[in-house]
Amino acid sequence: MSEQKPHKSKEQPIYLDYSATTPIDPRVVTEMLKYMGPESSFGNPASRSHSFGWAAEAAVEAARKNVADLVGANPKEIVFTSGATESDNLAIKGAAHFNHKRGKHIVTCKTEHKAVLDSCRQLEREGYEVTYLDPMPNGLIDLKVFEEALRDDTTLVSIMHVNNEIGVIQDIEAIGKICRERKIIFHVDAAQSAGKVDINLEELPVDLMSFSAHKIYGPKGIGALYVQRKPRVRLEAQMHGGGHERGMRSGTLATHQIVGMGEAFRIAKEEMVEENARLLKLRNKLYDGVKDMEEVYVNGDIDQRIAGNINISFNYVEGESLLMALSDLAISSGSACTSASLEPSYVLRALGRNDELAHSSIRFTMGRFTTEEEIDRTIELVRKAVGKLRDLSPLWDMYKAGIDIDSIEWAAH
Amino acid sequence: MAYGEKVLDHYENPRNVGSFESADNVGTGMVGAPACGDVMKLQIKVNDEGVIEDAVFKTYGCGSAIASSSLLTEWVKGKTLDEAQAIKNTQIAEELALPPVKIHCSVLAEDAINAAVADYKQKNA
Repeated sequence: MSEQKPHKSKEQPIYLDYSATTPIDPRVVTEMLKYMGPESSFGNPASRSHSFGWAAEAAVEAARKNVADLVGANPKEIVFTSGATESDNLAIKGAAHFNHKRGKHIVTCKTEHKAVLDSCRQLEREGYEVTYLDPMPNGLIDLKVFEEALRDDTTLVSIMHVNNEIGVIQDIEAIGKICRERKIIFHVDAAQSAGKVDINLEELPVDLMSFSAHKIYGPKGIGALYVQRKPRVRLEAQMHGGGHERGMRSGTLATHQIVGMGEAFRIAKEEMVEENARLLKLRNKLYDGVKDMEEVYVNGDIDQRIAGNINISFNYVEGESLLMALSDLAISSGSACTSASLEPSYVLRALGRNDELAHSSIRFTMGRFTTEEEIDRTIELVRKAVGKLRDLSPLWDMYKAGIDIDSIEWAAH
Repeated sequence: MAYGEKVLDHYENPRNVGSFESADNVGTGMVGAPACGDVMKLQIKVNDEGVIEDAVFKTYGCGSAIASSSLLTEWVKGKTLDEAQAIKNTQIAEELALPPVKIHCSVLAEDAINAAVADYKQKNA
């Protein structure tokens, strides 16, 4: 048997892409293994006739309680899915379909995850109307603009809790209150917030909430949807079959995945406060280490933001070349120079960032296994790379010479 | 994405980075747009015989754009204006083994040499 590679070998880049995914916490792996092999409790949780099934069912229900406990929900309000994308699809299409007689208008935001935006696009093809709100330049939703977008036939609002690119935290309590007053169903994509921001669904006016396991040290391929019971929110199932999960999501429950998600959520509840404090220190250290360079901009509100995220534009440096110079770091860029169209991040564009700044953005996301030494090294590498690329950049020369780049007529290509 | 060896080499050690002072024997071509994520500035210094004796570049753009312009400066040196303008983007793409999504970088390089030559000719018309 080959030995497992340690998470941090010398040859591996420094991982600063925790918002993309996280490694599974070793404590989670240990739990998952108890539900996989022939000597384990590998049964089908739906098998009622033998102990293999009973043990698996007990494990699933214990995990369901752990998931519910992190977010202040009742375990009966948790529906397991294959991940946050499926949860978003089930929530948005399921609620829109079920309530189509009441109205066919939906409100969401331009900076939502593609799983939300594309579900809305599908509903548009089915005859629904969707309003895509512009956020404020800091990434947050203007409550007045939001309220003005609501109509008598609005049945559903979908707003994410924490943005995946810029890490800003929306005021879902205020948005939810407005929805409640108008009896509009409120869905929140919490893939990036569970385990990072306090969530208490007992008090929050939220009807549907999507969760993912792999963003908080659980396995990929498993997620959940919170479906409020009182008052009861009804959905039209998107997956038909054996009637699992109270008919809302058929398909044999993936016991080991669910157990992993439960353990990950249990650990998150226990360690969140301490972890957030540690991550905030690392993030501030990183930002303090680069902010004195000229023309450095933070994308998204700096205060209303999760601890582990910092998204920075290094003006006059193109994002993809910066990623190339920073090949010792595993990070992501808002620039996607992979097609002839060269489209920068739609999230940064929605904030009103100009193309140069959108093209020059880098997202650093830190997590449980990030160390202070890694941040020191990151600062060193970033400063060197930005300096080198600015020496190469004709735009930097023009900026230094006091030429306004917007005043030039560029030939788009 | 994965880059070819030659792209990496030019990116790590770009040749002929810099700028020339504006002069009659200098032609400057600036092509691309910040909105599209790449801007290339190529400058050529032309001697009395109409031969490019020196070339420099600065590029804002991805690694393939930087490599394309770096390679271009090497290729145009010692060439006449006509010879330099005969350089095709396909030659650059082939030399650097650019993947299909990066072909536009080599097109931009071809545009840059044409623009630099045009600028020189206009000044010396």
